[in-house]
Amino acid sequence: MIRMLIPLGVFLALLALLIAGLQTSENRKLVQSPLIGKPMPDFSLPGLYDPESTTSRADLLGEPFILNVWGSWCWACRVEHPFVERLGNEAPIALVGFNWKDEREDALAWIDQFGDAWDRHLVDFEGKVAIDLGVYGAPETFLVDHEGVIRHKHIGPIDANVFQDLMRRAMELKAEAES
Amino acid sequence: MKTRVQGSGFRFQGWLRVALAPLLALWLAAGAVASAIEPYEFESELQRQRFKALAEELRCTVCQNQSLADSDAPLAQDLRDEVFRMLQGNRSDQEIRNFMVERYGNYVLYRPPVAAHTLLLWGGPIVLLIIGLVAAVIVIRKRRSAL
Repeated sequence: MIRMLIPLGVFLALLALLIAGLQTSENRKLVQSPLIGKPMPDFSLPGLYDPESTTSRADLLGEPFILNVWGSWCWACRVEHPFVERLGNEAPIALVGFNWKDEREDALAWIDQFGDAWDRHLVDFEGKVAIDLGVYGAPETFLVDHEGVIRHKHIGPIDANVFQDLMRRAMELKAEAES
Repeated sequence: MKTRVQGSGFRFQGWLRVALAPLLALWLAAGAVASAIEPYEFESELQRQRFKALAEELRCTVCQNQSLADSDAPLAQDLRDEVFRMLQGNRSDQEIRNFMVERYGNYVLYRPPVAAHTLLLWGGPIVLLIIGLVAAVIVIRKRRSAL
């Protein structure tokens, strides 16, 4: 009798493993960034309205900020846009837009249609800085502290829960910068 | 009997040749087209092979079951360009892999390094093999003694 139960036990163990695997499958698609806790890589990028101007890493240092990667081609960026707008209005720190692999005209038209939520814009048409940042899909949202260290990264659109989480973290970074 | 078998064998070969000739032509033509649109000008055959090997063992993070070589995603294209640039800059294969890992983590490697958290991955098959062998030995011995 006990011998007959062994295959059943193995089967149930396998079943449990597969069910556990199914439930974490969505999370496993998210690649944890190895850059969290590391300084944001150096860069120099043009603006969106003013292609002649450039912003470098040094220009952003001193204050914590949120870096939101988006593109006019990115469907999920429209989905998260109401929350990005709320971040721009309600977060205690600056919200920097990182326009990724886009065309300037398309990006400006998109902003005309959906609204400019960001305090400041960076444009990475070639996508080279995005590679240094480990960006692999839009939208992505980074939190960078006042010393230029990447502290958090959210992959995928911002929803109500993520918004709350980002707000809390932004306040922590703000408090940290002030102390 | 013998000749009939041979005859059918020849007929099969003839049929095969007729069927394969256009396929072969197509394959040769595809090869010519593929090399014509190859955007990279490699310095040597060795460099081309290194590029191919790297692009095949680096995972595309956007489309996660494809390698950089397989993927049409714009990011995969950017990363292939980056690999090519680094090859041109005389960087070693290991340096190029490190470049990707620093940005995207071990996840980009189809062959992750042996470390504490990958021990099960690398050691698992060997452990299972040993369990199987031990079980087989036990079963065989029992059956022998039962005879």
